[in-house]
Amino acid sequence: MKLATVVTPWLGWLTVVLCGAGLYLGLYGSPADYQQGETVRIMYVHVPAAWMALFCYTALAVSAGVGLIWRHPVAEVAARATAPIGACFTFLALLTGSLWGKPMWGTWWVWDARLTSMLVLFFLYLGYLALNSAFDDPQRGARASAILALVGLINVPIIKFSVDWWNTLHQPASIVRMGGPSVHPAMLWPLFLMIGAFTTYYLWVLMLRMRRELTASRLRARRRMQAEEAGV
Amino acid sequence: MKRKHKRLTFAAVGLALVGVAAALALSAFEESIVFFHSPTDVAEGKVEMDRRIRLGGLVEAGSVQKQADAVTGFRITDGAHAIAVTYQGILPDLFREGQGVVTEGRLRGATFVAEEVLAKHDETYMPPEVADALKKSGRWQEEAGKGAAKTGGPGK
Amino acid sequence: MDEIGKFLEMGGYAGFVWPSYAAVLAVLAVLLWLSLRGLRAAEGELSRLEGDAGGARRGGGHEGASET
Repeated sequence: MKLATVVTPWLGWLTVVLCGAGLYLGLYGSPADYQQGETVRIMYVHVPAAWMALFCYTALAVSAGVGLIWRHPVAEVAARATAPIGACFTFLALLTGSLWGKPMWGTWWVWDARLTSMLVLFFLYLGYLALNSAFDDPQRGARASAILALVGLINVPIIKFSVDWWNTLHQPASIVRMGGPSVHPAMLWPLFLMIGAFTTYYLWVLMLRMRRELTASRLRARRRMQAEEAGV
Repeated sequence: MKRKHKRLTFAAVGLALVGVAAALALSAFEESIVFFHSPTDVAEGKVEMDRRIRLGGLVEAGSVQKQADAVTGFRITDGAHAIAVTYQGILPDLFREGQGVVTEGRLRGATFVAEEVLAKHDETYMPPEVADALKKSGRWQEEAGKGAAKTGGPGK
Repeated sequence: MDEIGKFLEMGGYAGFVWPSYAAVLAVLAVLLWLSLRGLRAAEGELSRLEGDAGGARRGGGHEGASET
């Protein structure tokens, strides 16, 4: 708790610096693509958002699982704090992908395996959030939603490999692939800076949300104590 | 301690079962998850006539012909087979010879009549100057060939 | 001036590039703001309650809780 309080502002500053450098390079300091022209700049927000959507879901499922099996309260808090952040990243990946798809592919949306599985991921996040707060007893909500999170984990490898397993409109992986990235270094730099910025942003907001949850539970305990004192 | 182990076992078995179920479901739906068919699928008769399907591959170099009334004729190839396609309408910005496309329409005889054309791009990103330099130095073929193999082949 | 115009134009794709960046910045900023506000509110209430608890033991009521 104390460590989190110390680390939080540093994460904030790191996010601002990385994001500033990434935006400068991404929007101004990098070349246009030989095929896609200036629309390639959408990649610098689209790819980090999509990666973080998958990363957050994995983190969510792992901490929900730890909370379910070892009954670790902090893990449950971490899972609950991660869900809205991951949902935002997923929404942004879908939205920027649509804005990129219209000029390049010629369509806002297609039901190919990659896009559909990404939409399923968004619904998994929403389902988790709904189930988590659906019960009067927060313990039961945490357990029910943890099971959903673990079941939904199967979707993560499906999203990642959908472009290899099936014919999709979405192109195959550019960065994590056999033979190294197929993105020119001048475009890889802003991409990595933005991925760094999105990661520190996630950790930053995660710290804020976890601290809020832990403070809120202390508040509840304090209230109960006071109520008992007043009752005596 | 014992209860914890029990929960762990339950979770592990549950995850494994879900994994198997998902694998089964995916292999059962294999056909419908495939977003488009390749010219080879068509040549091998895997595609029904007059049914609305998607056909994908590379636009064969030198095959694009602008005809009257905004009709464009071109051939889609996957290296092994090529199918003639006609399309009336505005093409997406990325539509180019040698570039991947996915078209939706019906097979009428030997010609595929497309009602929609979507451009598919490969996973290579580079500045135009680099692309020019690659073309000049003759390394381009290798790069383009790699993209074509990925884009045109059946995705498995 | 011309250079700025060209930059804003994004090679004719301004209508796709800028909304993407705007949406990302807006959504992430709102989420950050909500999270910060929630934390501040919870911390503020806790410190008020804790400050109040000292008084409560000396015989005071529980006004801290009734305030919100």
